[in-house]
Amino acid sequence: MAKITLDDLRHAYGENPERPEDYALQQLDITFEDGGAYALLGPSGCGKTTLLNIISGLLTPSHGEVLFDDEDVTGLAPDQRHIAQVFQFPVVYDTMSVYDNLAFPLRNRGVPEADVDKKVREIAAMIDLEDTLMNRASGLTADGKQKISLGRGLVRSDVNVIMFDEPLTVIDPHLKWQLRSKLKELHQRVKRTMIYVTHDQTEALTFADKVVVMNVGEVVQIGTPVELFETPGHEFVGHFIGSPGMNILDCEVKGGQAFLHGQPIATSNAGALKDGAEGPLRLGVRPEFVSLSETDGIAADVVKVSDSGRYQIVETRVGDMPVKLLVNEGIEIPTGKTALSFRADRTRVYRDGWLVAGGAEA
Amino acid sequence: MNKLQNNKAWLFVLPVFALVAFNAIIPLMTVVNYSVQETFGNNEFFWAGVIWFQDILQSERFHASLGRQAIFTASILAIEMPLGVAIALTMPRKGPWVSVCLVLMALPLLIPWNVVGAMWNIFALPDIGFLGHMLNAIGFDFNFTRQPGDAWFTLILMDVWHWTSLVVLLAYAGLSSIPDAYYQAAKIDGAGSWAIFRYIQLPKLSRVLTIAFLLRFMDSFMIYTEPFVLTGGGPGNSTTLLSIDLVKIALGQFDLGPAAAMSLIYFLIILLLSWVFYTVMTRNEEQ
Ligand SMILES: Nc1ncnc2c1ncn2[C@@H]1O[C@H](COP(=O)(O)OP(=O)(O)O)[C@@H](O)[C@H]1O
Ligand SMILES: [Mg+2]
Repeated sequence: MAKITLDDLRHAYGENPERPEDYALQQLDITFEDGGAYALLGPSGCGKTTLLNIISGLLTPSHGEVLFDDEDVTGLAPDQRHIAQVFQFPVVYDTMSVYDNLAFPLRNRGVPEADVDKKVREIAAMIDLEDTLMNRASGLTADGKQKISLGRGLVRSDVNVIMFDEPLTVIDPHLKWQLRSKLKELHQRVKRTMIYVTHDQTEALTFADKVVVMNVGEVVQIGTPVELFETPGHEFVGHFIGSPGMNILDCEVKGGQAFLHGQPIATSNAGALKDGAEGPLRLGVRPEFVSLSETDGIAADVVKVSDSGRYQIVETRVGDMPVKLLVNEGIEIPTGKTALSFRADRTRVYRDGWLVAGGAEA
Repeated sequence: MNKLQNNKAWLFVLPVFALVAFNAIIPLMTVVNYSVQETFGNNEFFWAGVIWFQDILQSERFHASLGRQAIFTASILAIEMPLGVAIALTMPRKGPWVSVCLVLMALPLLIPWNVVGAMWNIFALPDIGFLGHMLNAIGFDFNFTRQPGDAWFTLILMDVWHWTSLVVLLAYAGLSSIPDAYYQAAKIDGAGSWAIFRYIQLPKLSRVLTIAFLLRFMDSFMIYTEPFVLTGGGPGNSTTLLSIDLVKIALGQFDLGPAAAMSLIYFLIILLLSWVFYTVMTRNEEQ
């Protein structure tokens, strides 16, 4: 068991990287606390697998260090790091039985057969493979094979961290939900560090205590699901997490006051921004924190109303900028002209994509 | 599904039928015809029944050739299969050396068979051949034209040189098709190189190795040109394999009946053994 620290880490697949685009991972400094349940969330191709492979030792980073507690493990092979990793697509040893597959990581490490048996049966029970334990692994369905892959990751008790690289991609939705709860349950029982990679926000937010959000080789924010929802540190986080995502609107700031489409608007952090700051300024506010107000507010036109179950998603337009808001079921939505009010403590200014620091944070 | 009845379609396969008939069925039937007849010249043939088959099956000469053939085929398979896999495992998986290795490996396969025989004949000659000369120089009494053991040694070495590449290329293709994820998983699971070979590479190679085995079995069981050029079946009859014996009977002695009967028996042995090997080797997959 160990704390994992990535220190000034960078990685490029090609030789002689020069421009930032040559790097699959830009500079990263992350600490994974011992025993945490982490999710690594980001769109396809943002470098999640690369990062996992660097932690596990399948890849050596082109720059920087990986520390387990205070030991530098950058040069160590995967089997010297005591880690487990489950891959996106199932890998099973075809000629072995399900039992032997699960026992494989233990037997390779010389675990006594009695302990192997105990562990294998325990894990098989957890992931519902008991009935097929003696079958040949090659005969199983894709679901079953992925369960074996998962099981091989879970079976060892000597690991510092278990990493899952989109482990439930090929699994059908119902089983997916079950397996995710089991992983969560297991984490709560054994308190082992887990890093769960996914591009699905629901998966990340339900599994993890802390979510690391990545975009194009960079970590844009690390936080609890609530923090990511309430205080997105970057436009990307606001947009990527939540459905629908955060409204991101061009704005101006003069003398610590934000203006949207020429109308003054209260924000939590515009006061911290000096006049004449470089970079495009934008306002970020989640649809949850925008409401209709017939009396005063920002003038808007209602464009479309759609139903998403508990809420109605109202699409409006302020000038030529689309603004979405959520309104409870059953409330009458006006057509045509209306006015919007934004909750000041949840409305923030972003400069060049990043949240402007300071101001009265909620 | 409804099958569309289209009798015109048969016209398109007709050329293939014709071709197969001319180069396989008609010659085969001619052989069958010879095998049940006796002739005393003058192009006169008489019904002979199965006596040629009885003769061949009971002849010691046939037993001896068949025995030599079995030893030859078993030896080269026992050497070429593991050696081929071993070489394929050591070949680079990527980089500029891949094509160099592949071309080097393919070279022996591109040389005409009689040239291979002639090359090795000269190569192994005790007086002027490099191999023969060197062996004698380091103290071996090597003479493949006089000593049966030396003839066998040269014969097997020649076949290994000529054909191991085929196994290498097939095994290499099989290895290249194993996704990286398997090796990554094996590293995470702490598998050593033996475990990787035993549980990942060998199972993934089983199909191509079945093909390689059958090809090498059939080819080596029918081998003619190279041993004929190398040793001519000698010294004595010591390297007279089945095909060489068959040609001696058919064209040397012009005993068409026995030769035809022998061809058919030969053919059936290859067919039967191939079937047995194929069934045994693919049995596991069907479970
Ligand atoms: N083996 C590789 N060689 C070269 N580039 C790679 C390799 N693997 C991934 N990449 C590149 O690195 C970037 C990050 O990929 P990856 O880590 O697989 O992303 P993710 O897992 O988030 O989808 C992508 O742009 C991808 O094209
Ligand atoms: Mg990936």
